[in-house]
Order: sequence, then structure tokens, then C-alpha cells
Amino acid sequence: MFFNSIILTLLIWFPVLGAVLALLIGDSGGKNSARTIGILVAVGNLLLCIPLYLGFDTSSYAMQFVEDHLWIRAYQVHYALGVDGISLAMIILTNFTGLLVILAGCQAIKTHISQYIAAFLIMQGMMIGVFAATDAILFYVFWEGMLIPMYLSIGMWGSANRSYASIKFFLYTFLGSILMLVGFLYLYIHTGTFDIRHYYGLGLSPHVQILLFFAFLFAFAVKVPMWPLHTWLPDAHTEAPAGGSVVLAALMLKLGVYGFLRFSMPIVPQACEQLAWMMIILSLIAIVYIGLVAIVQTDMKKLIAYSSIAHMGFATLGCFMVYDIIRHTHNYLDAYMSLEGAVVQMIAHAFGSGAMFLGVGMLADRFYNHSRNIRDYGGVAHSMPIFAAFYMVFAMSNVGLPGTAGFVGEFMVIMSAFHAHFFIGFIAALTLVLSASYTLWMYRRVFFGPVANTHVAAMSDMHGLETINYILLAIGVFALGLYPAPILNLLHATVGHLLLQSLPIAPMALPVTGV
Amino acid sequence: MQNHLLTIAESVMLLPLLGAVLAGVFGKQLGRNGAHRVTVSLIAIAFFLSVYLVYAVVWQNQPAVSGDLYTWVVSGRAHFAIGILLDRLSAVMVCIVSFISLAVHIYTIGYMADDDGYQRFFSYVSLFTFAMFTLVLANSFLLMFFGWEGVGFVSYLLIGFWFGRDSAVFGSLKAFIVNRVGDVGFILALAAILLMFGSLDYGIVFPHAASVANQTIRVLPGVTVPALGLISVLLFIGAMAKSAQVPLHVWLPESMEGPTPISALIHAATMVTAGIYMIARCSWLFEYSPHTLSLILVLGGTTAFFMGILAINQTDIKRVIAYSTISQLGYMAVGLGASAYDAAIFHLVTHAFFKALLFLAAGSVILALHHEQDMRKMGGLARRLPITCFTFIVGALALSALPPFAGFYSKDAIIEAVHLSTTPGAHYAYYCVLAGAFLTPLYIFRAVWLTFYGTYRGEHDVGHVKESPWVVTFPLVLLAIPSVIAGYILAAPMLYDAPRLLGNSIFVLPQHAIYGEMVSSWPGAWQAALAAIHAPTFWLVIVGIIFSWLITMTLPRSGEFFKKRFRLLAWMIDNKYGFDALNQHILARGARALGRFFYTISDLILIDGIFVNGSGRGIRWLARVSRRLQTGHLYHYAFAMVAGLAILLLWLLW
Repeated sequence: MFFNSIILTLLIWFPVLGAVLALLIGDSGGKNSARTIGILVAVGNLLLCIPLYLGFDTSSYAMQFVEDHLWIRAYQVHYALGVDGISLAMIILTNFTGLLVILAGCQAIKTHISQYIAAFLIMQGMMIGVFAATDAILFYVFWEGMLIPMYLSIGMWGSANRSYASIKFFLYTFLGSILMLVGFLYLYIHTGTFDIRHYYGLGLSPHVQILLFFAFLFAFAVKVPMWPLHTWLPDAHTEAPAGGSVVLAALMLKLGVYGFLRFSMPIVPQACEQLAWMMIILSLIAIVYIGLVAIVQTDMKKLIAYSSIAHMGFATLGCFMVYDIIRHTHNYLDAYMSLEGAVVQMIAHAFGSGAMFLGVGMLADRFYNHSRNIRDYGGVAHSMPIFAAFYMVFAMSNVGLPGTAGFVGEFMVIMSAFHAHFFIGFIAALTLVLSASYTLWMYRRVFFGPVANTHVAAMSDMHGLETINYILLAIGVFALGLYPAPILNLLHATVGHLLLQSLPIAPMALPVTGV
Repeated sequence: MQNHLLTIAESVMLLPLLGAVLAGVFGKQLGRNGAHRVTVSLIAIAFFLSVYLVYAVVWQNQPAVSGDLYTWVVSGRAHFAIGILLDRLSAVMVCIVSFISLAVHIYTIGYMADDDGYQRFFSYVSLFTFAMFTLVLANSFLLMFFGWEGVGFVSYLLIGFWFGRDSAVFGSLKAFIVNRVGDVGFILALAAILLMFGSLDYGIVFPHAASVANQTIRVLPGVTVPALGLISVLLFIGAMAKSAQVPLHVWLPESMEGPTPISALIHAATMVTAGIYMIARCSWLFEYSPHTLSLILVLGGTTAFFMGILAINQTDIKRVIAYSTISQLGYMAVGLGASAYDAAIFHLVTHAFFKALLFLAAGSVILALHHEQDMRKMGGLARRLPITCFTFIVGALALSALPPFAGFYSKDAIIEAVHLSTTPGAHYAYYCVLAGAFLTPLYIFRAVWLTFYGTYRGEHDVGHVKESPWVVTFPLVLLAIPSVIAGYILAAPMLYDAPRLLGNSIFVLPQHAIYGEMVSSWPGAWQAALAAIHAPTFWLVIVGIIFSWLITMTLPRSGEFFKKRFRLLAWMIDNKYGFDALNQHILARGARALGRFFYTISDLILIDGIFVNGSGRGIRWLARVSRRLQTGHLYHYAFAMVAGLAILLLWLLW
């Protein structure tokens, strides 16, 4: 199976190759050539996911589709790739989102289209690399590499205040990752390898674990983002082009939680258990405090950005509740739902918020001064009825209506939270009211009511690629909401293994089988 | 045999969804007539199938069947399946829902004839019916929650159907958010059930209720509560929002901004009774929680009486009926609290008929008067709208519980049950519902007199007012028939025969069983109606009707007189006891103020201002200071070197 041993490499470098091609052709070679390349590469990459998905053995927790080549001999750095259930799900999500962003860009972006396509293709490749890397340095390279096109996309296609936002974004995330690199170097000195899998179960001393935990925490908490490191996100979102917002919300935020799952929890389990209370409190702050902040936003993108932070609070909550759950119910099987809920929440949030950000882009494109201010709109449902209907679906996913994607993760996490403690469940469940308040308040102001002004009346309904995008997203929202079982099947083995790695108690004391 | 019942139940559930998708997505291609033909015929099929289901489950006495359609989520020990349960309770509910839905679908053809959103409306109404079927037919709390939220969502869409109107949009948002407050309770109840029972399936939860009865859940450090007590209270919070019990009733009057057909279907007959249905379904859990039953009795009684008072003060004909609905839901809640679940469901059934009838008849008046809803601008319409007037009075009599109309049997059963009940709080609830028996005819006949009798007070030319088309009046007649006879026919099978119609869908602990006494004093349906003349409730109704005539027709100024004499009371009633003010000014504004505080003070000033930009400024300051070190003068550097060397030496020597 030669193909299986290069499929991850293909997934990573095919978009990058496409990007180079798009740049070489440039905007001079006809307006549509860059677009065609972008769409073809994105579709091709998504198709590559099919053999990846079909060839994946869901019963195994081991890394699959592994590739391993020595890269830098002096430091034993390897070009090592592989996927487990969680990273597979995230890679598929990345490719899906990548296609959406390219499609959206093709219609919305008028200037420097080839560079736009190139930036987003490189971002896609780098992000797949992050999810596939099993070598810490390779991971770090992709992790940083992804920042550059993002930074450029905000800086180039962003709106008025973009330079402040892009520098804030870059510094925040860069400072975070420096500490992570220090953590990796320590682990390298300790073990003599950069292979992440060798970092698991090291039995580091508690003191070292705490230090490493904070080194990782800073990198990942900035990405998630967790309160109080979240203020870069609303700025980055408001200034980024719609496609950039989608990538930020749908994928980049997930890297933080992915980091917790890949590094913090299995490498420093004791520290995670000791500091879980802090992470739970920060997550609950994200849910309630950020939910309240979202209610008073007047900028649509800021509102959705804050809503994203609140939703990611569920993902981090799901990760760090596992210790309390096991302490409470004495059965580690009960912790599955918490972690799996966190992963599902990440995927679901990508659909809901991605669609909502795209929608804001569509609105702003049609409005004479590209305003994102809720107050400038009103009665859009009169002039854009189809768009309004679709947007209602995504708003409801954001609200967490059963049957939509947004419900599944929230439901699983709330159910688990109750297993940990009544009070955690109660605070988490407040999101039902908060998310409904800010999402529907915005929907009401923008879409309902009499037509606000002549600009709104002049807006044309969605068409072309926009419709295709929204149909794809709506299918995703309903498929995940009505039948999440297939995605969860991908996760069971991986999550079970992760749990065993992450429990500071000796795994021998726990039942290994059961699901 | 059982499988084929399940298949039928599944198709009943999915037919309206098909209708909704067809009318919604292909509305333009189908056209107006196509849309209503498709949806009406699909609902009609669903109705006939549901009649068959009742026939099979109730008459043929086939056992309850439950089956899973597919597995939704498996995670750890938890296994969630989507599946349906057909038993006596769900069969009866499906039958009622599909009947009312059918009537409303037909009615809509006339009522919405001139509306631009014709297809969209049919799509929504069918979608609602689907969600309601899901709620009722679910075999687990999970699917019930799907339906529960689904009806709430479609109700939101339908209240805000005329989305150009600010009042409608506001009403819809309010309805959704208040219902979400209840859903917080509901979802926490689900979580508690999962924790205690390890599953959300009825088939696992209910049989094990007794064994969980003595367990506790820790809610705060050091505070534990009985598990079933917590679960039932949380479920009741969900029911309070959906079934408009004080203090979560505030959304229902506002929901009247929606088109009248959906007021009849959603906000009278079906969705608002979902909470009642849910509690009856969970009788296993509530029976072991006496404190929750008391809470239900007290809040239900309060709702029945105090919301009935508000109905007297309304001028909008739909709001009279809306407050009446809240009050009647209070009756049903009282029935539940008294462990008379069958009586509560019985009242749910009869109420569905006559309340839908009242709403649709009111809609017929509104239609005839070109969307005038203010009763002060009506009057003397009896001769102009004979069918509407006649059916409205039938509905009013049924609502007033005059024997032998439908409401009499069900309401009297509740009053008697709560009278016999020994659960704490039953006394209070008894006096509330008894007083309510006087209020009901008072407010509804006030509406009758103001609308149909006296002289016309409106601005439109009364000569143009004519009876609505047959698609509107036919459903009125269709609903008027059961409003008269349903009680007479159903009373014995629902309550007094053995086994009762709902059979073992309902569970009652022996110490709460009050039916024995009720059955022993039951003389038969017709005799009960005759014997009612000797009962106080009958005379309360008669006095109520007469009194309403007095205050509206003979002494129309009595209202003003009352307001002058009892200022405080009148002020309270005018402000609806202040619930709206509390929500609007304290809760909603408080949340916004808190959000603004967090945003401006904490996010913008503290985190961004001081930490982020502050550290940026700090670095710039550090750079400015350290730049001074690089002076370029050789002697400065030489001095630094010497000083450094000295410090190093000192440190080494130490």
C-alpha cells in the first residue's frame, strides 16, 4: 500500500503546490485561472480524504497512515506523520472548510485573487500538517507556518483597523508558541527524541509537569482562546476578510483544544488533574461571561467572535472535566462522553460559526459601505429570503437546537458536566439562554422588522457559489446533528487510549475494555 | 402485528415532515393550491392513521410497542437511540394533535388566503405538527427533547410569521427565550436522569424509578437533595415554560402576535399542553416526589386563578382567550399535582377542542372585520356571523364547564380530585380552581357579549361584514361537535371505567390514588350532568354568566367604577402583577448591563487597555530607557565595565 504511505504528504503539499502555481500564474493570466486552480486543488484535497476515511481502522488507537523520514540528523528531527481518530476528523474538517473558503473567496474577493487563493491554500496545507505531525518540531514548524498566511490575509484583505489587529494576532499567538517550543526542548533533552509518542507516560516529576503544563497552556489557551487571553480574537475577526474569519473560527481555534488533547493531557497528566479546577473555571467564565459580552456587541463579526469563544468554552470544559467525572462516578467510561463531546463541539462549531461568518461577508459585500454594524441593517429577510432561511438554520445551530450540529457537542458536554458536578452542569446549561439571546437578537435586528433603508432594499439574494457553499454547510449541520454516530465511531478508540494516557492513576487499576 | 403498528406510527410522524419540505422547498413550483392540497391531504392521512392507532391500542387493547429507528450517539456507557413508543397515552395525544392540526390546516386556506407567505405558512404548520408528533411519540427523553425544542422553534417562526412587524418579532423572541429558560431545567433534568439511571429511555428509566427513590444528588458542597425530587423539579421548570405556568407564562400573551390559526393550534391545543403531557408521561418520577407535587399544586392553582383574573381586563379578543388558556393550563397542572393524571389529560383533550374552536371562531371574527382584534370596536355581530357566533358560544359554554358540555366533565373531575387529594397544597389549589370556575364564564362571556351582542362600535361599515367562507366555518363546526359531546363520551372511559383509557401509561402510588372514591360516587355521564345542578360549581358558572352580562351590557361603566374604587388592585391587574416589568427592566436589562460592564471594564479597559496595549507601551518605555544606555561615549562604557567587574569580584569573594 504505497498510496497509504504518502497520502498525508499529498494532503499537506498538494495545496501548497497549488498555491505556488496560483502565484506563478498570477492575476495576469486571466481572472479565472487562479480561481480554477484553487477550486480544483480544494476539491482534489477533499476527495483525497475519502481513501483516508475509508482506510482508517476505527478499532485501533494507534497512529495510522504513518510516514517517517529522518529530517535533521543532528537533532533527530523526523518528518513523521500519522493520524488517529481525532486528527483524522480534524483533517477532514480542514479540507471541507478549505473548499468553502476558496469558493467564498472566488466570489467575494476582487483584488489580488491569486494571492488570496495561494494564502488560503498554504494555510490549509499547514493546518493539515499540524494535525498530522507526530514529531514535535515538525508540529511546531507547521504551527508557526500557518500563522504567516493568516497574518498576511488579515493585513492585505482586511478592513480599516487591520494593521493593529494583525500585529496583535501575530504577537499573541507567536508569544504563546515560543513557550511551547521551550517545552518541546525540555522534553527533547529529557528523552532524546522529538517523537511526540515517546513523551507519553514519562512519569515526569510533579514540579516539572506543572511548569510544562503552563508552557503548553499559554500556547494553546491563546489559540482557543480562553479567557483572559481572548481579546485578540474579536479584533482579528472583525478585521479579517470573511474567508479569514471562517478559517480562524472553524479551524484555528480548534488547534488550541487539539493541543490540549495531543500534548497537555497525555504528557503532563498529573498537572492536568491538579489544575483541572482552574481550567474548568476558565471554561465556565468563557461560557457565561463571554456570553453576556456577546449580547451587547453591535458589530456582527464581533458578536459571532465572542459567541465562538463561548462555544469553545464547551470544548475546553469537556477536556478538563474528565478527572472530576471519574472521581465522582468511579468509572472511566463516563469520561468518554466528555472528551468526545468536546471534539464534536469543535467540529459542529466549525459549521455553525463558519456559515455565520460567511453570511456576514455576503451582507457586507452587498451593503454600500460594507458595514458590519447591526444597526445599519433591518428587514433583510424581505430582500434576501433564501439567504435568511439558510441563515436561520445556522443561527439555530449556533443556538444549539436539537437536530442541528450545534446541539450534539453541547448536549454531550452538559450531560457529562452533570456527572462531574451539578453546579458545573448548571452553569454550562445557562448557555441555552445566553446563546439564544445573542444569536436571535442579532438575527432579529438584521433580518426581521421593516426594511431599514434603501440599501437593504437594494440587496440581491444569494446566488452562484454562495448558494453552493450554504447548501454544503447546511448538509453538514443537519448530518452531524441528526446522525453524529459515524463521527463518534472515529473517536472511540482514540479517546479511550487518550484517557488511559491522561489519567494520573495507574491504568492497570481501570477496566481497559468496555466499549 | 406490533411492527406494523410501529410502521404506522412512524409514517404518522413523518408525513407532516414530508408536507413541510414539499410546501417549503417547492412552494413556488406547487403554487398556492398545490401547497395546501399537499399538506392538508398528508395531515388527513396522518389523522386517519392515528385514529387507527387509537383503535388498535385502546379498543383492541394491543400492548404498547416501542422501537428504535437508529442509534444517535454511543459514547462511553451512554447509548442514545432515536425511537418511538406507541402506547395508550401517545396514541391519544397523536390523535388529538392530528385532528386539531387538520382542522387548522383547512381553516388556514381561508384565513391566509390573501397572505404573501401562503406556502411558507403551510410549511411551518406542517413542520410544527411533525415536531409535536416527535415530542409525543418519543420513546426516550432525548427524542422528546428534540420535539420539545422543535415545537418551540417552529412556534418562534410562526409567532414572528409577519416578520415585518416589530411587535410580532418581539413576541417571537420573547417566547423563544422564556422557553429556553425552561429548557435549562429540562436539559439538566435529562443530565440528572442519565446520571441516576444510566439511560434516557423511558423503558429503562420508569421501571427503575422506585429503586432510585431513596438516592440523593449533591447540588452544592454539603447539600444533597433527593434525586427524584431534583429531577422532577427540573422537569417541572421545563413544563412551566412550555405550559405557561406562573412565573414563566409571560410569553404566551405576546405570542398572540402570530396569525390566529397557529394561536389555535400551538398556543391553545397542542404545544402549550406539552408540559402537561410530559409530566403525565413521567408520572413514575413525579409520584415519588411529593414536594414537587405540592409545588405543582400551588403554582398550578395560582396560575388558574390569577391569570383568569387578567382575562377579564383584556380588550383584545385573542388575549382574552390567551389568558384563559394560561388559566386552563393551571387547571391541568392542578390535576397533575393531585396525582389525577388521567383527569389532567382528559382536560387537555377537551380543552384542545373547545379552545381551538374559540380561537378559530375569534379568527373568523377578526377576518370578517379586516384584522380588527379590539373588542371595543366590535359588537352586534351575532346576526352578521351566525355560524361563527353560534360556535363561539358553544366553545364558551364548554370552557365555562356548563353541563353537559365537554369542559364540564373534565374540569369537574379535576376540582373533585384536588378536593379529595391529601397532598400538601391541595387545599389552596382547591379554592383557586373553585374561584376559577366563577372567573371562567365571567371573562369568556364578557367576550361573547362584547363581540356578538349590543351595538356595533367599529369603524368599518358593518354592512360589509359577512360570514367567512366554508373553509373557515367548516373547521368551526368540526370542532364544535366534540366540544359538546367529547366529555359525555370520554368521561367514563377516561376516568371511571376499569381499566381506564390511559391504562398503565400512568402510574399512581397507592397513597395518592383518589380515583377509587371518585369512581364510587360516579353515577354515569348523563346523571352526573343532571346532578351537577346541586353542586356549587354549576351555580358559580350560572352566576358568572349573569354577572358578565351585567358588567358588560347593563352596567358598561362598572369597569371604570371598579378601577376608581380599588386603585391598587386595578393597577396590579393593569400591569399583570408586574411580571413583564420584572423581566424587561430587571432581568433583560440586568443581563445587558452586566454584559456591557464585562465588555467595557474588563475586556476593553483591564485586559486590552492595561495588559495588552499596556505591555506594548511598557516595552516601548523599556526600549526608550535602555536606549539611553547606548550613549556612544567611551567613558560611559568603560565605567560600566569597571563597575561590572567590581560587582562580579565582590560576588565571587562573598
